[in-house]
Amino acid sequence: MRWVNRQVRRGDRLLLGAAPIVVLALVYLVMAANRHAANPLDKILPLPGSMVESMSVLLFQPDPLSGQLVFWADTLASLQRLGIGLGISTLCTLVVGIALGALPPVRATLGPLVTGIAVIPPIALLPILFIALGLGETAKVALIVIGVAPVMIRDIAAHVASLPREQIIKAQTLGASSWQVIIRVALPQAMPRLIHAIRLALGPAWVFLISAEAIASDVGLGYRIFLVRRYLSMDVIIPYVAWIALLAILMDVALTVLSRRLFPWAHGERH
Amino acid sequence: MSTLLSFRDVWVEYGDRIIIEKLDLDIAAGSFVSVVGPSGAGKSSFLRLILGQEAPTRGSILLDGVPLKPECGPDRGVVFQRYSVFPHLSALRNTMLGLECAQSPFTARLFGESRRKAEEEATAMLEAVGLGHSLHLYPAQMSGGMQQRLAIAQALVKRPRILLLDEPFGALDPGIRADMHALIRGLWQEYALTIVMVTHDIREAFTLGTRVLALDKRRHDPHAPHRFGATAIYDLPLRNRTEPTPPSITIDAIGNN
Repeated sequence: MRWVNRQVRRGDRLLLGAAPIVVLALVYLVMAANRHAANPLDKILPLPGSMVESMSVLLFQPDPLSGQLVFWADTLASLQRLGIGLGISTLCTLVVGIALGALPPVRATLGPLVTGIAVIPPIALLPILFIALGLGETAKVALIVIGVAPVMIRDIAAHVASLPREQIIKAQTLGASSWQVIIRVALPQAMPRLIHAIRLALGPAWVFLISAEAIASDVGLGYRIFLVRRYLSMDVIIPYVAWIALLAILMDVALTVLSRRLFPWAHGERH
Repeated sequence: MSTLLSFRDVWVEYGDRIIIEKLDLDIAAGSFVSVVGPSGAGKSSFLRLILGQEAPTRGSILLDGVPLKPECGPDRGVVFQRYSVFPHLSALRNTMLGLECAQSPFTARLFGESRRKAEEEATAMLEAVGLGHSLHLYPAQMSGGMQQRLAIAQALVKRPRILLLDEPFGALDPGIRADMHALIRGLWQEYALTIVMVTHDIREAFTLGTRVLALDKRRHDPHAPHRFGATAIYDLPLRNRTEPTPPSITIDAIGNN
């Protein structure tokens, strides 16, 4: 049978998907064990035991200085920045993106500006943001918004602009005004695409969050990783990175489920 | 029969390309006009003119004696070959949209009593096109024929003065197409519609229409083919059934008095 025709059953798919991850974990363990056999104090490839040990301190013992559980304080701070940043970006995208896509005069006015902002590497703007907005939360959230929103806006604007012309004409023959075309034709059809755009924006949003935290912060997942790097604390860095990956996967899955629940018509399902 | 739509010396030009030249036409209320012609002979431009998507370069188009605004409006309904229905709305909501837009300018949604009324009206219209059992299906769950039925119901619920059909049955199977012909013929008689249908199918044009317009270029210059536009080269009234049989001998709205 040709490989292009081979379908994998559900159970097998789980097995096949898990295999490379298990292999990687095994390779890591073997390499770590080898290094520890040569040097019991090795810090580069920590064994699971030492990871659990140092993480349990961060997870369950309050920090003597701040009195907080460090791991949870970091997670909360990072998720809050990410949430506010993505929330503002989504709101901007809804308003600006749909107006750009649906209204030619708005497209002519704002289109070049949005394109211009979108091509600037956001990290290059970070110094400006820190100078203008200080080193607090605002600058970090602003970096996420500036990094993520223009791309999302362009995506939604392009999607709305590519709605079949027939639909827009049809809506007008049904008596719809510009506003009614926007809220009854453009907006609902942009929603599934918006969720898709958020999913794609999650990756860059994490990048900007970690960068901002690495440079100036006193709490956050990215801050912690860059802080303990000074002590070669791979036993903290690796669990933190795994936790970030887990959070990102959870968000992605949640958005996918949400889209299927709210907009079944967009997923070609027999609902 | 009274004239509903008249073209007075209408020209359509894009730059130095002439698409339609010197078109003079009167379309009577209650007629079913089929428009045929080769590709590029201005059939779509003709439809866009009536739809208001495009303004004539010269000349004027009058609807009920009033110049037509170059913008689409609820007095002219349309059914395209594809993309006429909204994929994110069920059949019922698709049909209700026209009623909601008219009655609720800000939210374009109805609530309570007015919503129930709109639902009733839309349901009745869907039943008239044979979709009474599929009120809550989404377009993606419908066959091509059902989608076109829905598009027709959606347009008719606004009671347009003119219904424009742009190759409405071009993408359908022959069997389904025959059903749709019967449906549109029935609706035309029942609602006393004025229909302008653009089609590629000459047989369809003659079976359905009470009048067949053939658009093509009258003259052809081989050195500058774009300098002559199309116009109505044949205008055939099909006299054997110019009008639907009046349902009774009393005076009615179509002018059979």
